[in-house]
Amino acid sequence: MTADISAKQLPSPGEGRDGEGSSQLGPLAGASAGREWPLWEVFIRSKQGLEHKHCGSLHAADARQALQMARDVYTRRQEGVSIWVVPSTLITASEPDDKAEFFEPAGDKIYRHPSFYDIPDEVGHM
Amino acid sequence: MDRARLDGPAAAPIDYLLHLADNAMVLGQRNAEWCGHGPVLEEDIAMANMSLDLIGQARLLYQHAAALTGSGTTEDSLAYFRDAGQFRNYMLLELPHHGPLAGTAAADRDYATTIARNFLYSALMLLVWESLQESKDPQLAAIAAKSLKETRYHLRHARDWLVRLGDGTPESHARMQAALDHLMPYTQEFWTPSPPEAEAMSGGTGVDTRLLREAWEAEVDAALAEATLQRPRPGGYVPRGKEGLHSEHLSYLLAEMQGLARQHPGALW
Repeated sequence: MTADISAKQLPSPGEGRDGEGSSQLGPLAGASAGREWPLWEVFIRSKQGLEHKHCGSLHAADARQALQMARDVYTRRQEGVSIWVVPSTLITASEPDDKAEFFEPAGDKIYRHPSFYDIPDEVGHM
Repeated sequence: MDRARLDGPAAAPIDYLLHLADNAMVLGQRNAEWCGHGPVLEEDIAMANMSLDLIGQARLLYQHAAALTGSGTTEDSLAYFRDAGQFRNYMLLELPHHGPLAGTAAADRDYATTIARNFLYSALMLLVWESLQESKDPQLAAIAAKSLKETRYHLRHARDWLVRLGDGTPESHARMQAALDHLMPYTQEFWTPSPPEAEAMSGGTGVDTRLLREAWEAEVDAALAEATLQRPRPGGYVPRGKEGLHSEHLSYLLAEMQGLARQHPGALW
């Protein structure tokens, strides 16, 4: 890629008609200098998969574009049959510092695994 | 002609297949110039994907045309060993990614031009592939069915950007309008059937694009309205690329595309 990251400052529909002047960043890096495309997290459900799995992130101006770009970036090799995109800012993540109190107490609770039960075949996937 | 009208499978005229194949090949090659130079990473990959779709369409059509031609003709000999005057693509598709007065360096490429052309062409091809699914040439009908799905996405992508850039900032709007003003006259070539097209139509293997014009105009007008762009006045020079009369730009494009195959004939990966 020759375009640098600042070329991500792109216009969206209806935005800034009376804009703030232009930059020399390239064909698309129009008048919205200083504004970045937001980040989106991409989740793909594979053909065999039962759930959407996180597969990466990308920059896009809005949800519709994020979906199309996810299609182009993450499903080129038939990885998926369904895509979710979520604004990264909407994800609340646990703090690495909380690791001890969050996760370590589960370490010695072996009885929480359902391995002590026989699951009837009719139940199917758990 | 009357016998050709009878029901039953037929083969499309070879020059008609080459017209469809050269369209896809030339635009695929042209758009591939953005590979590694796209405005953003995601868009770079999207454009390369679509180029590969087009080159894939060209391959299937060349293979079909080569089989009908026989005597050692292959998809490679059709793609790499014909000169510009033998290419039957629309002139629209060979033009560089910028207006008439810009330079030719990579930095002079204008994404609005790329998007305007992809929009005008994929809006046509959506209708063409839809119709060609009913072609009496079963192989062409199968290629049409496959290409239709790809073209739906190409149109969606181009239309989306047309609206974003048209209804975007003052600069993106001005560039989109300039690209449209530059390219729109070249679409006149869509509606003037060449002899191979006429032959394909009368044999039931090809489509009469004039019947698709109303739907194409409606799609274009709706998208331009949404993008707050003005439709350029009709008229101007009617190109005849599909009859082999090309601009200077095709030779340079072919030189790049064909150079390796001609310097090392028969080379394999």
